[in-house]
This record gives sequence, C-alpha cells and structure tokens, in this order.
Amino acid sequence: MAVSETTPGRAARERAAEYLIRRHYFSWPEALPWLIAIACFFIFPDRMTFGSQVLIMVMFALSLDLILGYAGIVTLGHAAFFGIGAYTVALGFVKLGWSEPITGIIAAGIVAGIVGIAAGWFILRYRGLTLLMLTIAFGAMLLESGNIRSDFTGGYDGLPGLTFDPLLGMFQYDLYGRTNYWYVLVVLAVVFFFVRRIVYSPFGQALTGIRENVRRMHAIGSPVHRRLVTVYAISAGIAGIAGGLFTQTNAYVTLTVFDFDTSAKVMVMLILGGTGRLYGAFLGAAVYMILEDKLSKMSPSFWQFGIGLLLVVVVMFAKRGLLGIAEAIGRKTKRGQA
Amino acid sequence: MTAALEIDKLDRSFGALHVTRNVDLTLARGARHALIGPNGAGKTTLINLITGVLRPNSGRVLLDKQDITALSQAERARRGLARTFQINQLFRGLTVLENICMAIGERDGHNTNMWRSAGSKRVVIDEALDHLESLRIVDDALKLVRELPYGRQRLVEIAIALAQRPRVLLLDEPAAGVPSSESHLILDVVAGLDPNIAVLIIEHDMDVVFRFAKEITVLVAGAVFTQGTPQQIRADERVREVYLGQEHGHG
Repeated sequence: MAVSETTPGRAARERAAEYLIRRHYFSWPEALPWLIAIACFFIFPDRMTFGSQVLIMVMFALSLDLILGYAGIVTLGHAAFFGIGAYTVALGFVKLGWSEPITGIIAAGIVAGIVGIAAGWFILRYRGLTLLMLTIAFGAMLLESGNIRSDFTGGYDGLPGLTFDPLLGMFQYDLYGRTNYWYVLVVLAVVFFFVRRIVYSPFGQALTGIRENVRRMHAIGSPVHRRLVTVYAISAGIAGIAGGLFTQTNAYVTLTVFDFDTSAKVMVMLILGGTGRLYGAFLGAAVYMILEDKLSKMSPSFWQFGIGLLLVVVVMFAKRGLLGIAEAIGRKTKRGQA
Repeated sequence: MTAALEIDKLDRSFGALHVTRNVDLTLARGARHALIGPNGAGKTTLINLITGVLRPNSGRVLLDKQDITALSQAERARRGLARTFQINQLFRGLTVLENICMAIGERDGHNTNMWRSAGSKRVVIDEALDHLESLRIVDDALKLVRELPYGRQRLVEIAIALAQRPRVLLLDEPAAGVPSSESHLILDVVAGLDPNIAVLIIEHDMDVVFRFAKEITVLVAGAVFTQGTPQQIRADERVREVYLGQEHGHG
C-alpha cells in the first residue's frame, strides 16, 4: 500500500504513531504515590505497622485491577489467592520451619499462581454472573476446607507466633514495623513495575480487547481462554505475594483471610480508586484503609456507614473513581495554565 | 479454479427450528459472491456456521481444501478467514489505531508478548496506518471508536478484517445502519477489495448486489433456493416472487 505523500496525511500518521510509541513512558505524576509513601515513613514513624497493611492492600487491589480493570474478569473470590499466599508462608514456617521471608513470599506467589491456573482453566470458560458465582463458590470452598482441617490451619483461632528471619540476614524487625514498611514498599515497587510492563505490552492490549469486545477477539483469532487463564494466574500470584506479606508482617494468620468480606473489600477499594488505571489501586486502598481506621475509632459500630456513603457517592457521581476526579482536576489546571 | 472456501451439506437446527438446510456453497479464489434472501432466511446463521461461532449438526466447512469444521473461531481466523458483523463489534473504548493494531498483533502472534511495549514495533503501527489510509480514515486514527459517527465505525469494522490479511472475507451487511448519503463510502471500499481475497457478502440493496457480485446464492428458509450469475438471478421468475418482489415491488 502506498504511503501518502501529502503533508497533512504524513503529519497525521506521525502523530498517531508517536502516541502509541510514547504511551507507556513514565510521566511525572506517577512519582507522586511513591514520594508520598516515602514521606509517610518520616511523617508517621510510629504508624508504620498500619502503613505496611495499607501497602499490602494496595498490592492486593493491584492484582485485582489486572484482571478486573484490564481483562474485565469480575470476581468476588480473589481472597482465595490472598489466603493461599498467607497460608503458604504460615504453614511453610509451622510445618517445614521455613523462616526466610523473601523465598517465603516467592513460594506464596508460585503456589497461588498454580492454583490460579487450575481454577482459572475451569471457571474462565464462563462469563458474567455465572463467572461471578463460580468465583464466590471457589472462595467459599477454600474457606470451608480450611475450616474442616482446622487442626492443620488453626481455623479461626489462627496460627499465632510466627517468626521470620531478618531481611536479607541483616535487618531485624522493630516494634514499630519500620523494617516491614520498607520491605513491603520495595516488594510493591517490583510488583508494580512488572504489572505496568504487562499492561502496556501487546499482551496487555489483548486483555483490554477481551474486556472491550470478546466476540471481536475470537473473530480476529485470539486464543481468549488461554489469555485469560494466563493473566488470572499472574494476578493470583501477586495476590498470593500480598497474602504472604500479610502473614509475615502480622506474624500470625487466621482463616478470615479467606472470608468473602476480604474479596468484597478489595473490590470496593478498587472501584473507589478507579479501575483499569493501576494507580486507582493505590488511591482506593489508601483512602479505604485510612477511613476505616479513623471512622472505626470515632464510631466502632457504625464506621461502615461512612465508607458505604463514600462508595455510593463515587459510583453515582464519579464513575471513574477517585482517581478519575484527580485526573479531571489535573486536566483543568493544565488548561488553566495554557 | 481453486476453491478458497467450500461449504459441504451444512445443516443446523435449534430444536424444532431448522435454520440451515443442507447448504452447499463454493467460493473460488478471488470470488465475489453475494448471499441474498428474505429476512430470517438464515444468512447470518450461515456466516456464524462458517466462522465457527456456531457448530453445524452435520456437514463440513473447508478452507483451502482443509477441513476446519472442528476448529474454534480463533483457529479459523488465524488460517485466513475474516468477517465483519452486521452490528459493529469494535473495541469502543480504544482508539481506531489500536483497534487495527489488535488484529495485526493477533495475526502475527505479537500479542503473547508481555514484556515489550505495545508501541515498540513500528512495522505494526505503519501497517495499521496503511490500512486506515487506504480506507481514508487515517485522520481518525487517534479518536476513540465510540466517538466516531456510525458510518466511520463501519469502515473500522472492515479495516480490522482487512488487517487480518484474510484469504476469505465474509461481509455481513457492511452498509447496514449507515445513512444512504454515506453508504457509497463503504460500498466503494467493498468494490475496491484486493482481487485475491474471496468475498462473500450479505446485502439487501439489490443495486449493490448486482453491481458487485459475479455469483449470487439465494437462501430461503435455510436452504439454497437457487444459485447463479446476476443475469440468471435477475431473470429468474421464482426469485422475483420470493424475494425481489418484496423489495423491488415498485421498481
């Protein structure tokens, strides 16, 4: 096919090509969440245990964003993989004496990922409400299995008193969770970089295609099921790493990690922050956790009302989540300057 | 004459509803074949059977002499069978350019790559832009599909199918839903398709059918009513009765 010789045609081509070529470049606002996370270490040095929990939930929400926000897989059973990761680390210590933290979370990711392949291969043949029900059922089955074998899992009393080796054999854990905070932050950064690569890759584009129009993906020759199982396994692995970190930073674990509540909570966080844009997970998890913390101190029995209200307002008036509001403000100020 | 696509005694029922009855159809390489028939004749069902959206109860589909009846939609597409939909099936939230790159990425197997950035293969982008340029929609490359007027979206629909570099292309009412003032844009594209591609078109506008097609199959109640050249079909009294009479009663 002949390339247009006319100047306007050429300019349009160049502009279009540039857009695709530069789309994945880092932009300055992307540094903001990381700078805030680092600043928090210095501003709230005695709240680092809480801070670590926020970062863990960010990672968990990020894993959900990969499948929900990009591939369009609606799940209310993602706690299954968080729980599998949490128990991989816990049982690894209790049964095998595995106390090295970094290999512990790698194992957590691998085990959760393998379960993700198996579960995904089966349930991702379905879509919509059927899929949603299957994810809930899968989570419930894992929870009940853990309950039946509470001699093994500790049930709802949990497995307390887990201790782990110093990080890299050098850094001891402190009472305020400062070591843990850095540990979780670095793992989150690695995971985030990985997820970001995937999202902007041709594979990530194909996932977006599946979300946008699965019929067309079949028609252009995409092996949709294989793509979905692959990303589901990756997401499960990341949720597993988050679960492993949860066990390590809390030094105990109970079956509540498998609860339906955990699955629902992470979905609320993501929707609150905004789906399909990576940083929605950061904003959503942080706002949810901080609100939960503040509101539950103000009103221990009614704190969920506040979060519920915020969710209703966001879903009704800001369909792109809190991040969508931030983006709109960003665009406005940019236009104001110009 | 080598057959690009052969349909051999294809049959399909939904319960008591017999929608495709023993249909035979052959598309030679570079064919220009129109499929016509009254509403509910099973034209779109036939396309769904050919592309693998539906499975036949019996009969075979052969692409380049290879039996593809047991293959999935995606496998058929990768072997060179492309289609457009009667109602747009596009990636509405993505740009036009990304829509085309998606098809190229699947065709060439790039879309398994998780590590490279999607924009790092300049050849893919350039080819996508070439496709847009040949359909004169390169200026819309960065627009989101959902922001385009319906007529332009129909062109994107065709552009995606062409980006698959098909050997056989099935067009399901390409100008459907497009205002008549713009339909010539789409029909010009159809008329100018690569002569090596075998094309099967479903179309209601008889002027278009007679202008474009070299062969016509008339489908009535799921079965082949008659097949022939445009002259034969035009002269066929029975076709006039079952079909043309309804549409061209005044002409």
